[in-house]
Amino acid sequence: MTIDAGPATNGAPAGGPRPGYDAETTARLAADAAQIVARYPESRSALLPMLHLVQSEDGYVSRDGILFCAEQLGLTAAEVSAVATFYTQYKRHPNGTYTVGVCTNTLCAIMGGDAIFDELSDHLGVGHDETTEDGAITLERVECNAACDYAPVMMVNWEFFDNQTPGSATDVVDRLRAGEAVAPTRGAASVCSFKQMSRILAGFPDGRADEGVGAGEPTLAGLRLAREQGWTAPGTDQASTSADQASASAGGADAGGEGAPEKPVTGGEQSSAERKPTTGADVDPGGKAESPGTQPDPSKGADA
Amino acid sequence: MSEQQGTVARPTPDPLTPVLSDTWDADRSWTLASYVDRGGYAGLRAALAQDPADVVATVKASGLRGRGGAGFPTGMKWGFLPAPDGGPRYLVVNADESEPGTCKDIPLMLASPQALVEGVAITSYAIGCDHAFIYVRGEVLHVYRRLLRAVEEAYEAGFLGKDVQGSGFDLDVTVHAGAGAYICGEETALLDSLEGRRGQPRLKPPFPAVAGLYARPTVVNNVESIASVPSIVARGADWFTSMGTERSAGFGLFSLSGHVTRPGQYEAPLGTTLRELLDLAGGMRGGKALKFWTPGGSSTPLFTDAHLDTPLDYESVAAAGSMLGTRALQLFDETTCVVRAVSRWTDFYAHESCGKCTPCREGTYWMKQVLARIEAGQGTESDLDLLLDTCDNILGRAFCALGDGATSPVTSSIELFRDEYEAHITEHRCPFDPAAAALFDYTPRPARVLTAGVH
Repeated sequence: MTIDAGPATNGAPAGGPRPGYDAETTARLAADAAQIVARYPESRSALLPMLHLVQSEDGYVSRDGILFCAEQLGLTAAEVSAVATFYTQYKRHPNGTYTVGVCTNTLCAIMGGDAIFDELSDHLGVGHDETTEDGAITLERVECNAACDYAPVMMVNWEFFDNQTPGSATDVVDRLRAGEAVAPTRGAASVCSFKQMSRILAGFPDGRADEGVGAGEPTLAGLRLAREQGWTAPGTDQASTSADQASASAGGADAGGEGAPEKPVTGGEQSSAERKPTTGADVDPGGKAESPGTQPDPSKGADA
Repeated sequence: MSEQQGTVARPTPDPLTPVLSDTWDADRSWTLASYVDRGGYAGLRAALAQDPADVVATVKASGLRGRGGAGFPTGMKWGFLPAPDGGPRYLVVNADESEPGTCKDIPLMLASPQALVEGVAITSYAIGCDHAFIYVRGEVLHVYRRLLRAVEEAYEAGFLGKDVQGSGFDLDVTVHAGAGAYICGEETALLDSLEGRRGQPRLKPPFPAVAGLYARPTVVNNVESIASVPSIVARGADWFTSMGTERSAGFGLFSLSGHVTRPGQYEAPLGTTLRELLDLAGGMRGGKALKFWTPGGSSTPLFTDAHLDTPLDYESVAAAGSMLGTRALQLFDETTCVVRAVSRWTDFYAHESCGKCTPCREGTYWMKQVLARIEAGQGTESDLDLLLDTCDNILGRAFCALGDGATSPVTSSIELFRDEYEAHITEHRCPFDPAAAALFDYTPRPARVLTAGVH
């Protein structure tokens, strides 16, 4: 399709060369776009991830990017722009390497988010949705990011920095500006760049899913208490009991029968002293690092 | 609670009943290996051995109600799908958690994404869907990484893809990242967004069950609802109904945040109370008094310490004038200015209003201005009536629940704390020190100068 009109979102002079990516870039991005489109029954569903893809190329939703999406999906530039301007994660100006977002929704704001934002704003010399001169940091107020039990919360390229203070937040931005690797509290081992993040959000993983923790302390607060108190969902006891029974029967004659209702008296009925020694542990208890229950059954051949 | 119904005498469950959260403390809990070690995918195996209709019947019998806020019975929602016509039908998981105060699905997916994937597989089998979607908000990068990897691992293990576990059932799952819009948590806005459009709600009916994604029959369920399905299928409806109350069955994640000693996730039977939960969480920080709280996110009318013993089930919370919502318990102590809290929530609704309908778009915009000037000590005597009148013109007149939700904190706070609003107006200042409410010491900066909405 042909697109000649449309607002210039990157300030390119009118009457210049026809806008758009060069052939090599177009081919590379088109291959990515084809993969995205293949995930959906209808191609238009690919638009949101493709706008993330465009941001991974340009660091914002550029005019070139809008035209690219329109061409790939058979939409007009106006249709693509209408979508791009609806969502706050799509940037209309070149973004910094790191988006630093401070939650200033009610709960985080009251717990200290307002103070953190003000401190960062003073420290960086920029306000909401503004970027430092070195291009490192774009500061934002962000809405609730589903981490209220870790308030006050800051996001760096949408990785969690929990339980922040003005001091911890300024330390993070200083280290980011110095080019240091900075680790979120819950997330990958270090925050990636805005462009790298955008590529992941387009559905191209970076292989870092196994980095970082599964849960922070507040996530585990109730579970830890339940473990301490022995509280479980109904029936969970039975499940673990049957598992115990299974392992007990698998263990066979658990020497001495510990855990049995009545502990045999040495030399008494059912005492191991009644039977002939069959393993080294029978004559030298504790002398070998063999765990009880895994000893081979002599009747089945000692091949362990 | 349940006993007062006098139906069947049953043992009282423990105060906390970890089911979803039970795997979260495992080493590398997010991996398939860890999940399977803890009994994961037993539900899917049980489901595949049954007729799909029996799986639907089990979930119906369990009484599981939607955990995304509205509380609609999950099994009934599945049952609304029209008879198969040979065309596709879809499952879409709403993982766009963004209601202020709500913070349960995101940690669930970070710690245990396989629980969701297993639930997706079971639900898809039950409703006859061969392509499911997980729509996760785009602002949680590592959760998206974990979901992508979880789906990849499930494919590798044969829990997704062609001929799942040799059953002949095929299922593809696409994990889709949003791009920042609270309204996409509304199920029809989510569908428009998933179709590559601006996320604006659709007129209902038709409901998604009839004409949803690509105008095909679609089930849209919340993450916690879907993640609860495997345990129900594996352990049975009776097991599920042994927790909770008669009409609010089962367990749920209660998310405590704010001025509480140990904020976090507490998985408990529905019908527990804030008094019990607060006790488990170490009480209010520093022994201060609880001033107000939300039972289910910012869109649910505020409660006070008068509601400490209200059973947190759908019926009891509604009877007390609010909504159970997402069990997002945001607790604020006596140091908190309620005008500041409500003003900030209103900023949020104004920012997130999609613009489709006039009452919400204009109403939230004006409420934001009025609340800002009251907070800044520049309100007038008539401002409270103006706010209530604006709410009256939004509630029930907005296109979707966002507008209704925006009025909840405003009307409930004026009802409960009218004196405090009036103090801001008559004293021409906020009587609270914001630093007293924060978790750290700081010197507040001078109040921002208002340039709009001032008389």
